[in-house]
This record gives sequence, structure tokens and C-alpha cells, in this order.
Amino acid sequence: MKRSNLLLDPLLLVAAIALPFGLQAIGAEFYIGFATRVLIFALAASSLNLVVGYGGMVAFGHAAFFGLGAYVVALLMGQQITSAWIAWPVAMLVAGLAALLVGALSLRTRGVYFIMITLAFAQMLYYLVISMPQTGGDDGLPLPSRSQLAPFDLQDDLSFYFAALALLAAALFALKRMAESRFGHALAGLRQNETRMEALGYPVFGLKLACFVIAGAGAGLAGALMVNQTGLASPNQLYWTQSGTLLVMVILGGVGYRHGGLVGALALLGLEEALAEFTLHGQFFVGLVLLAVVFFAPKGLAGLWKRQP
Amino acid sequence: MTQLILEQGLNGLQFGLMLFLLAAGLTLVFGIMDMIHLSHGSLYMGGAYLAALVAERTGSFWIGLAGAVLGMAVIGALLELAVLRHLYRRDHLSQVLATFALILLANEAVRMLFGAQPMMLNAPASLAGPAEFAGFSYPAYRLLIIGVGLAVAAFLWWLVTRTRVGMWVRAGASNREMTEAMGVPVKRLFTGIFVLSAALCAVAGGLLGPLLAVQVGMGENILILAFVVIVIGGIGSIRGALVGSLLVGMADTLGRALLPTLLRSVASSEIASSLGPAIASILIYLLMAAVLFWKPTGLFPAR
Repeated sequence: MKRSNLLLDPLLLVAAIALPFGLQAIGAEFYIGFATRVLIFALAASSLNLVVGYGGMVAFGHAAFFGLGAYVVALLMGQQITSAWIAWPVAMLVAGLAALLVGALSLRTRGVYFIMITLAFAQMLYYLVISMPQTGGDDGLPLPSRSQLAPFDLQDDLSFYFAALALLAAALFALKRMAESRFGHALAGLRQNETRMEALGYPVFGLKLACFVIAGAGAGLAGALMVNQTGLASPNQLYWTQSGTLLVMVILGGVGYRHGGLVGALALLGLEEALAEFTLHGQFFVGLVLLAVVFFAPKGLAGLWKRQP
Repeated sequence: MTQLILEQGLNGLQFGLMLFLLAAGLTLVFGIMDMIHLSHGSLYMGGAYLAALVAERTGSFWIGLAGAVLGMAVIGALLELAVLRHLYRRDHLSQVLATFALILLANEAVRMLFGAQPMMLNAPASLAGPAEFAGFSYPAYRLLIIGVGLAVAAFLWWLVTRTRVGMWVRAGASNREMTEAMGVPVKRLFTGIFVLSAALCAVAGGLLGPLLAVQVGMGENILILAFVVIVIGGIGSIRGALVGSLLVGMADTLGRALLPTLLRSVASSEIASSLGPAIASILIYLLMAAVLFWKPTGLFPAR
């Protein structure tokens, strides 16, 4: 590993810690909320990157786990369970269990059929949620106030930013350690030649399932943060376009690069935010930029300055 | 009850045939070019908007429909030449990113040109009323849709099984490299398939326009249904697309209409009224999961 790579993570972390104070100093507190949103989407996209980039499985239903995390927190809040120490792990657990179920059934297929069956499961969840009165139907479930993360006060936007930052940093650190572990090397082997790994005696199905479940739990945690950020568990967070957006973030950032999810979330949300200042039709230019990335940066933005993943 | 079942059965047939118009093109693009084309729904949306626009200017639904088909065929050709043909050799992820970008472009372009409000597209006045036969009445316009759908299905069947181009298409779906090696003009064939699928999308968009709202986002809803259809039918198979469309159209329509009633006869009405619509709306996804579980390559695999 090059020295510049060793310095990258601490530098990023210092910049992210300094950012909100810098924003306060120039009177742009409004952007702390935006930065929090980027961190949350970075967490969700990084969890998807674990499946797509590290596990080599193109999953098109990641919004299911993301949205599930949001709904679990909102439903628990409705039962007067306001503590984040309980609600967020439960959100991860439920999303992880859902991923276990979906993965166990979907991983029997491969290629485009895997894409389609993960999509189908996500759509099932979407339609279940909008047709059940308990989950608020089309309106979704509002979250009256943020979760209680004693001793911290999440009602304060700055504290919430740091909570999201801490979780993202922990997740990216875990991703790094995982990639260097036996598990990560086995996944890398799977990406290259599944049949050979099977012949070597690796439990291929179990490895892929484990990867899928960990990613599902990570997306659930991102969803739990998201509902705290927006104050609403909305069916839109479960719809297939949300899965598409997460996948776009991963591809845009760089599939299989550890910072791919972060770069993609920052680039896509930042682009949307910047364009919203100038035009009502920002999505048009977002589309143009994405097309340009496909043709001029086939390995994504992170791939532009890193040769090796 | 008979009236209800018959009526819902016809609705299911009508919906299934319209799905077929979308799925037929999608399954060829997917099966032959090996391309995940997410912006297929945008072609459908474009067809509906063009039909509404031309119909509004000329005052004739039929000129509107014809204009939509011609217009979308041209747009489809331009799209294939400018963007999509460079994606056939790329991996699925790049195709997802690029065609997702095309959805954003199409939606925003429509919003810029037509505004955010839904557009009105009226069915021809002569077909506004119900058609009656043997004491049974059914909207005449929906009958027309069924007729057009059947005619297009027959035309596609003839095209694919009885012509040289159709033979190339079938050959391409079963083995693309071999087809290229045998000297089939693959580039022109691909453009042709794309033009045809865009025109079919326009037919579906123009015909469904008066029944649904012509608005931004209409393509995203139906796109996923079309994907479900082609996965059930087997990717690359026109016959599979037809069977899958009818299955999905029937299951969805009949499920929504009948399941709540059926559940009420076995469970309490409270459970039935909350669970019925939920099960009905996921019925087709259950169907797809079941098909993939027992026949992992669909009902009529092309390869």
C-alpha cells in the first residue's frame, strides 16, 4: 500500500470532523443537515458496495433493507421505545433477518435472474407496506422526534451529524478489516472463479449469504439513521427507484473501492444540491453527468485516482 | 358474480396484452443484446405524451396514436445509434447506470416540455360508451385495446416465426456469437429490434393513455411489471413474453378484484380487508419467485 493511501483515512476523518465547525463559522448551518444526509447515504451505499463490489452479486433490492430499518425505528417509536440503543440494533437485526430470508432464496439464482429476484422481493415489501394500515399506507409513518441516544442529545443537529459520522467511520473501518480477513479473501476468490472456490472446499453459498446478510444489516442501520434525519419512514424509501439510486451511487463512486459508496453518495447528492440552486430541472443534468461517467470513467470516480481496488 | 368475473377476466386480458407490447420488446433487447434496459418505461411514457400532444393538436385520437408510433420509432433509432449500441458489450452495472441516467433525462425532459401536470388523452368519442352483447356490457374502448393487442401479438408471431428477420432474431436470442459468425447483419438487426420495441411501447402508451394518467413516472411503475413478465416467460422468448403477460395481467387484475371477497368467506372481515389488498398486490411477485424457484430460466427458455 502506498503512503498516500495510509494518510487518506485520517485526513478524511479530520476533514469530516472539522466540516460542521467550518460551516458554523461561515453561518451555513443549513448544510450540516445536508452533510448528514450524505453520510447516511454513504453508509447505505457502502453496504450495497459490500454485496456488489466485494461479493460480486448485483443486487437490485437494497432499498428493502434500507427502508425496513426506517420503518422498524418508526414502529418502535410508536410503541414508546425511543432509545436508539434498542431501536437501532433492532433495525439492524430485522433488516439482517430479512436479508437472510431474501438471500437464502435468491442466491440459488445468478446473473440477471439474481438481479430480478432481489428486485421482486423488494417490491413485495413495498406493496405490503403501502397496503397495510399498521405501516401508514401511502403516507408512511412519521417519527415525532429523534431517537434518544443517551448520554448524547440527537435533537441537536450537530450531535446527530457526529453520530452518523461515527457510524460511517466504524463501518468503513470494518469494511477495511473485513477485506483483509480470510472472509474478504474468500470473497475475492469467489468474484474471480466461483467453481474453483467450490472445488477447493469453500462453503460458497454460506460465504455469499453471510456477505448479503451483513450488508442488509448495514443498510438497516442507514435506514434507522435516515428516518431520524427526515422524520418520516416513507414508502419511497422502499420503492425500486431507491434501490436504483443506491446502485447508481455505488457505480458512480466505484464498484469494489472501499470509499466508493462515500464518493458516490457525495457526488450524486452534492450534484443534485448544487444544481438545485440554479435550475428546477437539475435531474436532467444529473442524467447527463451519469452518462458521461459511464463512457469516460468506467470504473467510477474512485477508479479515476486509484489504479487497484 | 358471473358478470364480475367475466368483466374482470376481460380487464385482465386487456392489461395482459398491453404488458405484452412492452415485454415483447424488452425481452428481445434483454435476450439478444444481453442488455438491462431500464429506460424501456421511458419509451412508453414518451409514447403516451406524444399521443396526447398530437391528439390535442389534431383533435383525432387515431392520428395521435399513429404520430406516437412514428415519433417513438424515430426516437428509438436515434437513442440506439447515439447511446445504447455502445453499451451492449459493457457489463450489466454500466447498463444499469446508463439507462437509469436515461430515465432521469427522459423524466426531466418531459417535465420541461409538458410541465408537471398530467396530460389529458381522451378515447375516441365513438368508443366512449359500453358495448352490449347477450345482456352483458363492457366498455367499447377496452374491447378495442384487446383487439389491437391481439392483432399486434399475431403480427409479432408472424414476424418472428415466418420471416427471415424473425429467423435472425430467434437465432440471435439462442446464440449471439454464432449468429454473428454466420454473417447476419447484427448491427442493423439490433437497431431494427430497438425501433420495433420503441414503436410497441408507443402503441401501449397511446392506448393506455386514456385509461391511466399520462404523467411523469408512469413508466417506472409498469417497467418492473414488464421485467417480471419476461423473467416468468423466459428471457428472449416472445412466446414466453405472451404467456407471462397474460399470467401477470390476469393474476394481478383478478387478484385485486376477487381476493378480498374470497378471504372474507374464510376469515374475519377485518383481517380480510387489510390482508386482501396486500396479498393481491404482491401476488405477481410471488408468482415470479415461484417460477424462478422451480424453473430458474423461466417457462419458455430461449437458450
